[in-house]
Amino acid sequence: MNVAIIGAGPAGMVAATRLASRNHTVTVLDEQPQAGGQIWRNITGATTSLAGILGPDYAAGASVAGQFAASGARHLRGATVWDLTRERRLHYLHEGQTHTLTADAVILATGAMERPFPIPGWTLPGVMGAGAAQVLLKGSGTVPATPVVIAGCGPLLYLICWQYLRANVQIAAVLDTSSGRDIFQASPALLQGLAAVKDIRKGLSMINAIKEKKIPFYRGVQNLQVRGEASVRSISFEHQGQTHELETPLVLLHQGVVPNTQFTWLLRAAHDWSETGACWIPKADQWGRLHDLEGIYLAGDGQSIAGAQAAVTRGELAAMAVDAQLNPAQAASLDSRSQPLLSRLKKDMALRPFLDAAYMPKRENRIPQDDTIVCRCEEVTAGQIREFVRQGCMGPNQAKSFSRCGMGPCQGRMCGLTVTEVIADQLQIAQEQAGYYRIRAPLKPVTLAELAGASDSEF
Amino acid sequence: MNTVLFRTVQTDRSEASAQTVSFDFEGRQLHAPKGITVAAALMQNQVLHFRDSPVSGQPRAPYCQMGVCFECLVQINGVQNRQSCMTTIEEGMVIRMQQGQTTFTVIQTGEEQ
Amino acid sequence: MYNTEIIVIGGGIVGSSVAYGLARQHAKVLMLDEGDVAFRASRGNFGLVWVQGKGYGFAPYTRWTLQSARNWPALAQELTERTGINPYLQQPGGFVFFTNQAEMDQRQQLMRHIQASVDEKYDYTFMSAAEVRKYIPAIGPKVIGACYTPMDGHANPLKLLPALQQGARQLGVDYRYNNPVEHIDYQSGNFIVTTRAGEKYTAKKVVLCAGLGNKRLGNFVGLHVPVEPNQGQVMIGERCAPFLSYPTMHVRQTNEGTIQIGDSLEDVGYDDTTRLSLQQAIARRAIDYFPALADMRIIRCWAALRIMSPDGVPIYQESSDMPGAYVVTCHSGITLAANHVFTIPDWILRGAAAQTIAPFSNQRFCNLTRDPS
Repeated sequence: MNVAIIGAGPAGMVAATRLASRNHTVTVLDEQPQAGGQIWRNITGATTSLAGILGPDYAAGASVAGQFAASGARHLRGATVWDLTRERRLHYLHEGQTHTLTADAVILATGAMERPFPIPGWTLPGVMGAGAAQVLLKGSGTVPATPVVIAGCGPLLYLICWQYLRANVQIAAVLDTSSGRDIFQASPALLQGLAAVKDIRKGLSMINAIKEKKIPFYRGVQNLQVRGEASVRSISFEHQGQTHELETPLVLLHQGVVPNTQFTWLLRAAHDWSETGACWIPKADQWGRLHDLEGIYLAGDGQSIAGAQAAVTRGELAAMAVDAQLNPAQAASLDSRSQPLLSRLKKDMALRPFLDAAYMPKRENRIPQDDTIVCRCEEVTAGQIREFVRQGCMGPNQAKSFSRCGMGPCQGRMCGLTVTEVIADQLQIAQEQAGYYRIRAPLKPVTLAELAGASDSEF
Repeated sequence: MNTVLFRTVQTDRSEASAQTVSFDFEGRQLHAPKGITVAAALMQNQVLHFRDSPVSGQPRAPYCQMGVCFECLVQINGVQNRQSCMTTIEEGMVIRMQQGQTTFTVIQTGEEQ
Repeated sequence: MYNTEIIVIGGGIVGSSVAYGLARQHAKVLMLDEGDVAFRASRGNFGLVWVQGKGYGFAPYTRWTLQSARNWPALAQELTERTGINPYLQQPGGFVFFTNQAEMDQRQQLMRHIQASVDEKYDYTFMSAAEVRKYIPAIGPKVIGACYTPMDGHANPLKLLPALQQGARQLGVDYRYNNPVEHIDYQSGNFIVTTRAGEKYTAKKVVLCAGLGNKRLGNFVGLHVPVEPNQGQVMIGERCAPFLSYPTMHVRQTNEGTIQIGDSLEDVGYDDTTRLSLQQAIARRAIDYFPALADMRIIRCWAALRIMSPDGVPIYQESSDMPGAYVVTCHSGITLAANHVFTIPDWILRGAAAQTIAPFSNQRFCNLTRDPS
């Protein structure tokens, strides 16, 4: 029985290790040259001092990666899966060749991506995601050499500040779009989160570190605008009724991460719109099994944002369910064997409701003004989308065919959420009613020659 | 670019990778540690203008560093539109900005075929 | 109850063309459309305004196609002026390539036959590879020749649809989106159209332009519409610097610079049970024609839907049981858009051009006007 796992992050590695130990033939396909996903990126290559900068949560990935390497699962590095059918046939590109493989079960462990942050000037060279900055730090120790402005909200924002301080990177200012009031209003959720006291203490210590260094820390900022011609020159914002402009060549933007749903939309799986997360959540059961599809599972942040620890637990759960699918003898005891994991998952996710509530990205940073670019690839503005809606366009697919938004190489990854929200907001309908782009293969562009030269590979 | 935008974190000398690679970017000979991405290699060399948008000609640079945004596209060894954040830098790579639309070299094969 | 003159069911290219054309003739029109998730043949097509090869063995179709191609420039100009949306029509002529002599010979026969069957201008030239190269330098060594006709062209279907819809709205068409039609009743000369939401609309005339949906809807109004879906493939490549200024049957460069690659109805022999999938075969053929495209990135592939009648020729028919109900269906909605705007509405409103339309009657399939099942 063969299992294909897409993604070698925490969930993918754990699921692979478990399933390989149950004697299944496991192939893990991952785009990166090393395992680790994003959160444990370069875990096998990071130096001791770099790991020190990144913190203990990062270092914890080393043992998972070690077990994965020893598990016997086949790890295809630098493999890009560009098509996956409901019948579990994958097309992937590896070392310049397209291959096909069909699996008995597929686990999608493709994780999350940074939520887009459409503000004026966000396409200028010099603007990057905070998560992107983390990737640079983890993968190559690259950091800003000049004071950097960090803007947005969410735990990752504080994490990168904390990591940068440990790396002696100068932070010019932190522009927090969330405020004390948001935290206060979210605090009832903290009661659920008390199990995550450790996480809360960690978060608070990060914020204290920023304050201790006397870094300008503005809370509740609005009307963020990046300015510049060929690259970033400054960033302006409003704070407590006053307008500020900070000169800087580098801006990091971040307002949370969202599940990467390219595969689930490609499969035409059902999705719910999460009000608390302002994102799409594929419909799946507690083992990550996608509704109305056979043998295709999610594991990790692709199910909903919950972090590395939860991803590890979810990887275990998915592996258990896949094993039960492939070994019917295991099916009867699946529920009881899953209980300890489900309890653990509940603890892993205890702080989520609070974090979601406290750091909900502000409306103005999700549903931008008319002249802000929404689709970066095709340079379509929010105003253009609104105009098409006024002309009768009722959903993202019509918007796509009228304006070309979503037709570029990123195939809606950077604009999809924004377009759905802009249209839903304009028409005053639910996001589910507005819908989402129809996602099609190839998920990533392949050359005509690569498409033409596919060869079949069977286990 | 006058301001130095990027540097690498100080690491223990004993950990420092002795291996660097050299590569060509727009005719300039540059160097970078072995094993990092092309995007990181360029940024460590203070390059922040990777391409021009094929729609408007606006300058663009990497945004997500994880293969999602497709802003980091450059031409590597003659192949256009490669995601530099998803490609490892190699010795001798010839890298060019991806300016505007993809172009082809049409090889005239002549009349006899 | 909402009462109007004509209800057009279907808001794709065909429905929008007909609705716009009717409104041009000052008819009061309601256009009902399924919604964003409809099959949308209109979003999946290739964009050719294509004449060559059409109507082999069915001369009226050849003439009908010639007529539309001739009138397309007027349509493009009118839409651009009226709505500001330009469908980017270009008619520089089109090419069909050959990679072996048998293909070329077959085409020679086909074109000769068609030319003989119509008594109007039907120009075409067969060119050697060297001659083709003067027009299209990028063709590869496997191309041994081509058939060129000056009649062929292409447009941007993604601009045509909004242009037609905008024009229709400007002329007073009531365009109601997200309104799938459940059933149609007929009472004393009036058609009562009921949508899934339970709303009812009445008119003395109803025009079915709902693509595959026409099969089911036709049953309500005594129209036999034997259409089936035929899946082809379309691939979109990235934007490229201009290198192909003529449309060709399988590869064209759009006005935005993107490359479209597809298959055509005439493609036979792509057997799905062989190891090569249809997409790969199409990709290989495109590389045979244009070797430089090998390194071009494909951004998206999808199955394109053709609404096929048994002979591939349009069906234009008024119901004899329930006069006032019409069906307008074809697989070449882009090519025939000009006719659907300028000619079909006259036929619907006044029975004009009856002789031109008559050959497209569904009587040609069988004598039944009702689906026997």
